[in-house]
Formats: sequence, C-alpha cells, structure tokens
Amino acid sequence: MKKIINEVGLVEEQMILGMVKAYPQYLAKLDCGNVVVRARKKEGKVALISGGGSGHEPAHGGFVGEGMLDAAVAGAVFTSPTPDQIYEGIKAIATDKGVLMVIKNYTGDVMNFEMAAEMAQAEGIEVKQVVVNDDVAVKDSLYTVGRRGVAGTVFVHKIAGAKAEEGASLDEVQATAQKVIDNVRTMGIAITPCTVPAAGKPGFELSENEMEVGIGIHGEPGTHREPLRPADEIVDMLLDRILSDLDFTGSEVAVMINGSGGTPLMELFIINNRVADVLKSKGIKVYRTFVGEFMTSIEMQGFSVTLLRMDDELKRLLDAKADTPAFKA
Amino acid sequence: MINQYKVLQIIRQIGNKINEHKDFLTELDNVIGDGDHGINMARGFAEVEKKFPTLEGKDIGTILKTVGMTLVSTVGGASGPLYGTAFMKAGAALTGKSEMDINDFLNVFQQAIEGVMQRGRSTTGEKTMLDAMVPAKEAIEKTLADTNDVKKAMEAGVAAAKEGVEYTKTIIAKKGRASYLGERSIGHQDPGATSFALILEVIASMV
Repeated sequence: MKKIINEVGLVEEQMILGMVKAYPQYLAKLDCGNVVVRARKKEGKVALISGGGSGHEPAHGGFVGEGMLDAAVAGAVFTSPTPDQIYEGIKAIATDKGVLMVIKNYTGDVMNFEMAAEMAQAEGIEVKQVVVNDDVAVKDSLYTVGRRGVAGTVFVHKIAGAKAEEGASLDEVQATAQKVIDNVRTMGIAITPCTVPAAGKPGFELSENEMEVGIGIHGEPGTHREPLRPADEIVDMLLDRILSDLDFTGSEVAVMINGSGGTPLMELFIINNRVADVLKSKGIKVYRTFVGEFMTSIEMQGFSVTLLRMDDELKRLLDAKADTPAFKA
Repeated sequence: MINQYKVLQIIRQIGNKINEHKDFLTELDNVIGDGDHGINMARGFAEVEKKFPTLEGKDIGTILKTVGMTLVSTVGGASGPLYGTAFMKAGAALTGKSEMDINDFLNVFQQAIEGVMQRGRSTTGEKTMLDAMVPAKEAIEKTLADTNDVKKAMEAGVAAAKEGVEYTKTIIAKKGRASYLGERSIGHQDPGATSFALILEVIASMV
C-alpha cells in the first residue's frame, strides 16, 4: 500500500482538520470529534445533518455551507460514524425548526443515525430522517436491506438544503428530500479497487482487463464482473439499467457524472459525451449536468452516472444559491 | 456462579481473542462486506480495555453496560450498534448484581438476542450473528435441562454457534452489506456470526 498519510489512526482527523483549515470561512470542527459544522450557525431554518464513513471526500464535509448541509459527521474510513458523534452534531446545529438527517442506506449508517436520533429526541430535539437508496445495481426487495445510497445523495443535500434555506418546515423539507430520493437513480462501475488505510490492502481484486459492474462506493461488489469495454459501451449498459428502472420518458433530468477518486476528468468528460448523446436520442432533456468528484471511494478508478427526474420545484431548488467548499450554485 | 471480577477477566479475554483474530475477521468481511469487521471490533475492545480501571469493583450490570456503550461509541459500522446493544441489554438485566449463575446468563443471552433483533430489524436465516446466537442459546438451554452440567451446556453452546457459522455459508445474506451480493454471498461465512462464536468460546472456556 502506498499512501500519502502520516499515521493510519490519524487519517480521518487530519483530513477533517485540513479541510477546516482550507475553508475556515465555511467550516468549523466540533471539539468532541470528527464533526464539521457551518462556521456560522444559521437559526430559524431546519438544520440538515448527513455523514457516513470517511473516504468519500468531498462528501460530506465539503457540502456543509449555505444552501446545503449544516453538519457532516465523519466516521472511520468506510465505517459509519457512532451515535454519540452524530448526537453531538445534531445538538450543535439543532434549531427550533428541527433537524433532518440524510442517511445513505447502509445497515450500519441507519442504525447509528437512528440511535443518535433517539438520544436527541430524549433531549427534546425534533429529528426526522430520510434514507437515500439510489443505486439501481442492487436488487430492491422488502426482504433485504434494499438499495445503497450513493452519489444521488448529493442531489438530496443540494435540493433539501435549498428547501430548508427557504424557511420550509421540517415536514416540508423531509417531503422534498423524499421526492428527490424517489426520482434519482445511479449506477457505477470500477476498474481498480481501493485500499482502506487501516486494512492496508485492496478490498477486492480485479485483473488487468476486468471491471466490476454495479460497484458500491465502499468497493462492495456489484452485480457482476466482465471484461473492460470502451467508455461508450459502458455508458450504454449503465443507462440501460437506470432508464429501465424508472420511467424518464419525456422528462427533464439533472445529470451527475461522479468520479470515484482515481478517474481523470478527461475520462469523465468522455463518459458525459456519450451520456448526453444517448439521453438526447431518447428524447430526455438534460436540464443541468455536473461532472466531477462528489462522492468518491478513496483512490478507486471508476465512475457513476446519476439521473434525477426534475419538476418545477426541483429545478428551482437545484438552481438556488449554494455556497459550500465543494458545491456552488 | 461467577462474580464481577470473573466477568472483567472474561471481557479482557474476549478483547484478546478478538485482537488475535482481527485479520481473520477482516479477511472474511473483505469477501462479502466492506472489510473492516476485525479492525472495528479490535478498536472497540481496545477502548473497553482502557475503561477497566474505572470498572474494578463495579456490579456486573454496570460492567456490561459500560462495555456496550463503549462499543457503540467506538466501533461504528453495524457491529457497534449491534454488539453494543447486546451488551447494554445484558447489562440492564443484571443491574446491581455482583454474581450471576447459568440461569442469569441464559436470561441475559435472551435479552441480548432480542436487542440485536430489534436494532438490526433481523431474525435468523439472514446470514447474521443471530444465526450463531440463537442456536447457541437453545443448545445451552437444552443441554442444561438434559444434564444439569454447566460446562457441558456451554460446550454445546459453542458447538452450536460454530455450526451456526457453518450454516451461514449455505444461505443468502439478507442484511448488511453482504446482502448486495445476493446469491454470490453463498459459500462465505458471516463475519458477525464468526466473531460471536469466538466470544462465546471465550466465555465457555472461563466458566
């Protein structure tokens, strides 16, 4: 394992400290742990908290700021934060309008956030939650934990964040966040694995000519492996899956091409070139496109495509002002 | 009968056992999960170890609750809330007690199982730690009823937990990150069931 770090046990904290030192006008770190909050707390609005394991930078700390999150809680790399950590975050940002937790659908994340919510509710703080599950690679069933939350989460941060900034109630912000979740779909692939610093070796192995289709953002296996194909063919395969999962016919979409951490922008634009052409050929109008790194998997080479079906409210909120280290609108 | 000092010794041994098997548990998790089970559990029990000076002379309930809360606040992932809840529920059932017998243990074990089921919204047959816990508890109960021999009962529990681990190889994961693999999870044992079997092995060897 070759990594530019100091000590495995300090990776998360030094990363958070470096982020706060880079953006002091946006971010502050709580003394009690790896929790990032807005430099200046905003009262009178629903407060949004999200987070999860580290290793997805700029998610989630990079999305703390005006128009998006109020707090981001960072667990160990690829490991959910703990309830007391999340609870401290909730307490720090709570307003009289309540707190919305945006949770990615992982067993650990859901349990830890729910335990934190129980602790906060016992203190009289109103807390509600939404669970993001946009990854179409995973079979959705009543009998399983269901789909994973991946890059589509960033659209939830953006749009629910804008709704909260407008002064909407907790129920309204929750409903809008849920609307994004109901209309957003993502799928990705990877061509190399990633290495959790504490583990010291890659989470899985791929041979030189293989790709993992439907990869998760923690390097979890996807649906299958197959020989690597040209970018256009990969895009066609992913869009087939996404478009057959939700009816996008005749709708306008926001597109996110998300790099997994080790993918050059050059390749992400090659990917978007095909995505845009395919959507056009299918009569799906692209409202806005975002290309870059939003929800990474440490140094993994790979990408995901996210489509969000828009309506007038979502368009307005997507365009509303956002001023955070990693996302501006 | 075991007293609070013995409980502390057992907890310490559990920590050692987890630490010895850290890489093995992580390796198992790499195959069907996200490859951090051993690392996270070892970190949690290392923090538990640090709490020992404050636990000397405390009642069993306090000891187990402290272990549970420490695991919840340091392990993270799914194992933190699950093992944490198991120990906290066990502790709640033994509040104020300085000694426990096998019937207390069975009661505590049941509380822990219910805690895990509730927190994880899970049941047996879903390729989780419950597939080791539930049969182990049943085996202890049955053997105890048949023989009235605590040692034999605990040994039967360990054997059943290990069989439970083997059973997890044959079924599809329905909870946790392994569930994303669907049928590809067959053939691999559940890391959580495995760590539970290790923990029970320690307990059985010390009573």
